[in-house]
Order: sequence, then C-alpha cells, then structure tokens
Amino acid sequence: MKAAVIVFPGSNREGDVARALKRAGAHVEKVWHADTELPAGTDLAVLPGGFSYGDYLRCGAIAGRAAVMDAVRAHAARGGLVLGICNGFQILCESGLLPGVLVRNANLKFICHFQHLRVERADTAFTTAYRGGQAIRVCVAHGEGNYFADQETLSRLEGEGRIAFRYCDPAGEITTDANRNGSLNAIAGIYSEKLNVLGLMPHPENLIDDLVGGTDGRALFESLVAAA
Amino acid sequence: MKARVTVTLKAGVLDPQGKAIEGALKSLGVEGIASVRQGKVFDVELDSADAGRAEAALKQACEKLLANTVIENYRVELG
Repeated sequence: MKAAVIVFPGSNREGDVARALKRAGAHVEKVWHADTELPAGTDLAVLPGGFSYGDYLRCGAIAGRAAVMDAVRAHAARGGLVLGICNGFQILCESGLLPGVLVRNANLKFICHFQHLRVERADTAFTTAYRGGQAIRVCVAHGEGNYFADQETLSRLEGEGRIAFRYCDPAGEITTDANRNGSLNAIAGIYSEKLNVLGLMPHPENLIDDLVGGTDGRALFESLVAAA
Repeated sequence: MKARVTVTLKAGVLDPQGKAIEGALKSLGVEGIASVRQGKVFDVELDSADAGRAEAALKQACEKLLANTVIENYRVELG
C-alpha cells in the first residue's frame, strides 16, 4: 500500500496520520500542495487535519482549489482511495469530491474531546477491520464540523448507504447529546458514490496507541492497508 | 472599475454567529432588533472598464471561490 499524504500550508496532523499508516504497514510519502501529480503507484491520497490557509474565506476553501487537488480528483475518478480527516473532510467538500459542507458548530464552540462513533457499514475499503454497527472511541477537535447538505442530498446519502460514521453514545445509540456539533442526521463521515472517497471530522489517527487513550482508530488504517 | 460582492447565507441555513451577535445586541440594550444574519463583503477592483466583462468575471469568481453555493447566495454590484 502506497499512501501520499498531502501537506498544505497550515496542515498540522500530517505526522500523526503518516505514523498511523506506517504502523499499519503502509509506505508513506508526503506531497506538497503545489505539486501537480501524486507519486507513481499511489493507492491512497490522504488530506490531513489542520488549518490549511488559516481557514481563510471558509474552512478548506482555498486548499480545495490548490494545484494538487486536480491530481487527487483524477486519482479518485480512476477509483483510487482518498481519505480526508477533519480539515481534510472540509477540503473534500469544498473541492466537490464529497457533497455538502461543514459549517460552524451549532454551539459556536471549538470542541475537543473523546467521542464515540457508530461504524455504519463494515464492507468498504476503510472499514473491513471493524464490525458493522460497532461503537468506536476516537476523538474530535474542530470548530466547523457541523455537517450540512440540502434535503435532497441528505436523502441520497442515506438511501445509497453513504453515511460512514455517526456520532453516538458509548452504547452505539444516536442521541442528541452525542451529536455535539449539531450535524444533520448525526453525520460524522460520508463516502463518495463509489465508496472510494471517505471524509470524516473525528481523528482515528490519534487513537492508535494505548498510551494516549486507546486503539480504536487502528482498524481504519489496517482496513486500508488490507484493501490495496 | 470597482465592484462589491456580498455573500449571505441562504434562508434556512443555521447561522449560529448571527444568533450570537443578535443575543449580544439584545444584552447591550439595543432595542428593535428582530434578527441578525452574518455575511461577507468583498471589495474588488477590476482591470476592465467594460461592465459586461466585469460582471462575467465576478460571476466566475463567486461560483468558483467566493461563495459556497450549497449554503450561500451572492450579489454583485458594479460601480
């Protein structure tokens, strides 16, 4: 598995995600945002978390139009895997690779805490090492993670099984309290139509070591390495 | 030529910032404010003096970058 982690000015989780991928057995290269192509043989392109371009204009808006994104779009169109975490999810929405948009958290606060997610399906390249319906414990850290899309888009996502993760309580129940940023339908992550692009707000890459809170994030990277 | 682009949230899109500002105005004792929606203003200078070309360029700017049309509307004023 060859992974390319794209680094934008203001990205700050590229080291974390590279570490999680390497631990799972992937070969990882970093790619600068001004590059116009991905390394030959790239299986997975990763857009890491952070604050690309200082969140100017809208979160992910400038990065979503960076030179390297044409290469990421072409990779996705060929069926290549793309993973966007936190700011990376915002970038995927702004670039048109995923529908909808992440707006300011409903409570207006930057939220940073451990968070349970329900794995909606365990049959995609990102989730085979999980069980369907499993509640996993990861963490969130964002100010704009409130997923919004028009009703038609939302119905399509639901109908096509494209919700990847929802915010839930430790028992896996979808509750209002568990959905702390106010996302529609408690959406924490979504897939593209062909299920090869995943964007999610929470940080699985930070839960790969017992020393820092748990290992529920590992399976996502292990699934990806097994898929390629 | 100069232009002003105004980007506003579509009706029905939650605007927690506008709500917070609305609450702050109320707590300051400013009376008669029914509601507040927050938007963005871009003052743009254009190379061209041709209104048609300027409008076309601004429309492109809005569609490609300045507004996210999933949640925002835009308005262009020349002059």
